[in-house]
Amino acid sequence: MPIIKQKDYKTWKKFDRKRDLQNWLCWFLGTLIFSFCFGLISSKTIWFYVFDSHNEALDLLGRMFPPETNYFFMLIKPIWDTLNIATIGTTIGTLIAIPLAFLSANNTTPSKKFLRPLALFCIVSSRSINSVIWALLLVAVVGPGVLAGIIAIGLRSIGFCGKLLYEAIEEIDENQIEAIEATGANKAQIMTFGIVPQILPAFTSISIYRWDINIREATVVGLVGAGGIGIELDAQIGDLAWAKVSVILLAIVVAVVFSEWITAKIRKAII
Amino acid sequence: MNYKKVIWKRKPLIKNRLLRIGLILLISAYLLSVFLTTEIDWQRILEGIPRGKNFIFAFFPPDFITRSDEILAGIFESLWMTIVATIVGILISIPVSLGAAKNIAPKFVYFLSRGVITLSRSFQEVILAIFFVKLMGFGPFAGMVTLSLSTIGFFAKLLSEDIEDINKSQAEAIKSTGSSWFQWVNYGVQPQVMPRFIGLSLYRLDINFRESAVIGIVGGGGIGSTLNTAFDRYEFETAAAVLIVIISIVMIVEYTSSHLRKLIK
Repeated sequence: MPIIKQKDYKTWKKFDRKRDLQNWLCWFLGTLIFSFCFGLISSKTIWFYVFDSHNEALDLLGRMFPPETNYFFMLIKPIWDTLNIATIGTTIGTLIAIPLAFLSANNTTPSKKFLRPLALFCIVSSRSINSVIWALLLVAVVGPGVLAGIIAIGLRSIGFCGKLLYEAIEEIDENQIEAIEATGANKAQIMTFGIVPQILPAFTSISIYRWDINIREATVVGLVGAGGIGIELDAQIGDLAWAKVSVILLAIVVAVVFSEWITAKIRKAII
Repeated sequence: MNYKKVIWKRKPLIKNRLLRIGLILLISAYLLSVFLTTEIDWQRILEGIPRGKNFIFAFFPPDFITRSDEILAGIFESLWMTIVATIVGILISIPVSLGAAKNIAPKFVYFLSRGVITLSRSFQEVILAIFFVKLMGFGPFAGMVTLSLSTIGFFAKLLSEDIEDINKSQAEAIKSTGSSWFQWVNYGVQPQVMPRFIGLSLYRLDINFRESAVIGIVGGGGIGSTLNTAFDRYEFETAAAVLIVIISIVMIVEYTSSHLRKLIK
């Protein structure tokens, strides 16, 4: 932080000249990249529609209000389905994630050369495919319905839970394992008494966190036919029944806020 | 020799016995009710197994060549979308996250900003995309707007939590020099949250790219459109190629962004 001498007084500046130039260059490059990318997007945009969008939005809002409140009672079953997709999906996902996490953690993996990369590959590919794409694939295999949603959410959760869990396993305290080993415990006993108690808090908080995310994801897997409230949303948008769509959107917001509230409660109760 | 055998047992997870049994009962009741209310068409699943097999085999071998132009165009479109959306989203999130920090904002602004964040977080990108595609027409612009808006919920929430955790004395020191509000934010708050800020931006860049693959399915442009077109044309080999490309790019982006984040720490 240099002090710069002007003609007759001193003044303070945050950065010296070199750093200032560097910052300026970063901003310049950033702006350049941004305008280049935006230019490419704008060349593919029909600006008339964009400038007209506020009229369209007002029109849409006019159609959405007042919401058809009676329709809410028709939504109870889809909301229940959505909750089930999220809950059962999370359960399945975490259950599969546990062995994968043990296989891919550096300190517990049985073979570093073969099984670990394989398990890591499973985790990464599950993470990089969005649950909607999983659902799209599964609807073709098991048919439209709740089951496809459950499996899609489960498959997507494996990667997330597996990654966080194996990082937790890699950070455990080795001394405790040595202590268990010193009592003459076998491998399985070391696992249950040495490792599991150490990662249990991480495991619970990861699964609760994932459940919260899965409630959101479960609202959209229905858009491709995999059950839950998304099916209803897709159908009503297709029917252009906007007064019903607004009820569905409200129901989604309520479900999400509710799940956030519950997870906050559980987290407080456990920790 | 008579001696009493003493056995050690691990303590149960939940100490209160009544609570433990109650929880088990509750969970089994829930599972039963799920099982009873979910219609699973086993017939369809049995039918689906050979169909699924055919379906999966239709993906092999992945065909990168026939539609290589479209795949490349889709990926680049996704990349532009991701970059622009991340920057725009972050620029909007900065005022929102300042507003959503309890220690900075007045009550009214606080609740307003929290409302914006909750709203943006409740709707999945895909749902937002449906509406923006309807409002603004097909193409990457709608996708970009969607991604920017969903960036706000994520970014502003996490950044505002970091702003709430800042060291108060540093901020107070700046205030005591007689700084204006903007100077205070710039010199007292911003340097403290900068590491988190950069980390979150990189992380969000990564997420936005992944989401751009889905937004295309509902018409938001990018690689998702290519994927959807491939599915619609029943060109599963091309779809497989697109999926492989998505996975590998996500892997590359994730490794670089996590590496960069570690470097910054």
